[in-house]
Amino acid sequence: MQTLPKRGFWARNQRRLAPWLFLAPGIAFFLVYVILPVFQSFNLSLYEWDGLGAKEYLGLRNYEDLYWEFVDRDAFFISLKNNLIWLFLYLLAIPGGLFIALFLNQNVWGIRLYKSLFFFPFVISQVVVGLVFAWFYDPAFGLLNVALGWIGLGPINVLGDENLVTYGIIAAGLWPQTAYCMILYLTGLNAVDPEQIEAGRLDGAKGLRMLWHIILPQLRPATFIAFVVTIIGALRSFDLISIMTQGGPFGSSRVLAFYMFEVALSEYGFRMGYGAAIAVVLFLIMLCFIAYFLWSMWREEKGH
Amino acid sequence: MTKTLRGAFAALACSTLLASPALAELTGDLKIFLDTSNPAPRATMEKMIADFQEAHPDLNIETTVIDREAYKTQIRNFLTANAPDVANWYAANRMKPFVDAGLFEDVSDLWAEAEIADNLASTKGAMTIDGKQWGVPYTYYQWGVYYRKDIYDDLGLSEPTDWDSFKANCQAIVDSGKACFTIGTKYLWTAGGWFDYLNMRTNGFDFHMALAAGEVSWEDERVKQTFANWRELIDMGAFIDNHQTYSWQEALPFMVQGDAAGYLMGNFAVAPLREAGLTDDQLDFYQFPAINPDVELAEDAPTDTFHIPANATNKEAAREFLRFVVSADVQTEINNGKNLGQLPVNAASMVDDDKFLNEGFKMLSSNSPGGVAQFWDRDAPAEMAKVSMEGFQEFMVKPDNLDRILAKLERARQRIYK
Repeated sequence: MQTLPKRGFWARNQRRLAPWLFLAPGIAFFLVYVILPVFQSFNLSLYEWDGLGAKEYLGLRNYEDLYWEFVDRDAFFISLKNNLIWLFLYLLAIPGGLFIALFLNQNVWGIRLYKSLFFFPFVISQVVVGLVFAWFYDPAFGLLNVALGWIGLGPINVLGDENLVTYGIIAAGLWPQTAYCMILYLTGLNAVDPEQIEAGRLDGAKGLRMLWHIILPQLRPATFIAFVVTIIGALRSFDLISIMTQGGPFGSSRVLAFYMFEVALSEYGFRMGYGAAIAVVLFLIMLCFIAYFLWSMWREEKGH
Repeated sequence: MTKTLRGAFAALACSTLLASPALAELTGDLKIFLDTSNPAPRATMEKMIADFQEAHPDLNIETTVIDREAYKTQIRNFLTANAPDVANWYAANRMKPFVDAGLFEDVSDLWAEAEIADNLASTKGAMTIDGKQWGVPYTYYQWGVYYRKDIYDDLGLSEPTDWDSFKANCQAIVDSGKACFTIGTKYLWTAGGWFDYLNMRTNGFDFHMALAAGEVSWEDERVKQTFANWRELIDMGAFIDNHQTYSWQEALPFMVQGDAAGYLMGNFAVAPLREAGLTDDQLDFYQFPAINPDVELAEDAPTDTFHIPANATNKEAAREFLRFVVSADVQTEINNGKNLGQLPVNAASMVDDDKFLNEGFKMLSSNSPGGVAQFWDRDAPAEMAKVSMEGFQEFMVKPDNLDRILAKLERARQRIYK
């Protein structure tokens, strides 16, 4: 009997190795550009460093300073508070997007044009959105004050008022974010099973009951993604603040991401270690959400 | 000595476009990074570098112009990672982080050369840290009050000579329904200009510098006096409303349209004001008047500079370029009204015949006995400048918060100056 020639290592393990080989470039870049910097940030937050000279080990001093800023209701407190306001109000994009998606999910002449118009704010750059809203709010010639004038309300300077400014920027951010959620729901609505709607109709479901019991459960994947992107979008809100107010007036519209940039990398910022400490705090906040998302995705997959 | 002669001779040769091959012994690459991204300064710099190239045909000059704002953050990266041979920046404390980190080349040898030592003496202090010089200046400009002469004439006002007439003028302007001063504090530094003048006029140049150096408490009575003077103007309604929303450029239309009668600014504001249609009959300038008669007048005159990064590769050519930039003829040329429209740093240069440049030059050379400051965000360390200017902005909007603001600045001072 003729024995088969002994197969080489590669031939024997090809099936097991191939996926790893294909994944290798991705994993390598992910490790070097995402995972490693996370630990570097942790490490850096224990030092005082101006980004140029020698580092000085401080232990947890940076975090202690953050704590005192929190207690004194200084910049860190304001940033954290604004981050929470962003988190909650930004979620309005989800019902908003759903509403517009339901409204646009019909077959009339030219609906594609309307859909694209509603999607438009997501396509244009955040910088443009920021500029447009900054002009809209402008106290001297902005449309907002013109419109308020018609109903007899006095001029307000949204971006110059420390109590209004964050809400003003969030409103600007909601414009593209709602469009994003809308497109997620529109694709979700395409996948809704017509037979289930038919069945629901036979059982007498209409309007809100139909929406709540038949449509929404089928939109769960879309809702999940909309939730994820909105939460993450709210936590990394940076560009609008940078464009519209530079964190002002007197620092009242800062969020953690902007504050980190300001102390570490901006024109007058030379505190890399302090910036890293803020980044760690932001990372921990995000980690709560990311852990929840991963957990619910894992549960979902196990369910099937 | 031969080096000096060669330098002076080379400068002479290029400015008169008599480049002779014998002089062009500089070879290799010369990488120049500039932040002069606005059209006029950019053209000026490119022309100047082309002249230098002509004098040194064997040198391969490579110029990179970076957006002015982006440059301020990028400079940290390129000085460490990918250093050019020449880079521009700002004088005084603004260059300290790079000097401390050993990223700028010590160019004290250039300052020892007679040509530079004799003609650039006035800016030597601003270029000195730890007793050494770290670069050369290429331009500077005065600050002061630019005002609408036609509005002053209509109201029968004249240039103020002291704090009382300053306030009386302002009251008259406010009574006529206008603001005395336009200002845009969105980017904070404009408020630093007001603080510079009010503090220097109230407490004098030396006190101002001590405060910038962190030697005086922010809760000191003298500092409070400065803010009390400032508050008189704020309570009067001297400044335009909503200034926290505007950049300095966005504040210009108020002056152009006559809603505000003046602007405390650097001379760079003249060009956009003229472009917006104000003639030299409508626009005029006065020195910020004395507040406390016991202190000598001192002025802000920010200086822009050229440096050689420590990691540069062609330092010989870079030094030659620095000599060229500060030479009298080049200084006359690049600072004239067609180019930068500012003041030359070389005492042997000619100040271009422009109303504002003449007034500024006269003021700085003969009526600033107290000293010449760079500007708040160049004299104070970066971090202190940032928190304090934010405090100034808050004070201008909410003057009642003063005690809280000063307490915050005092805490910052104790952390920043260790």
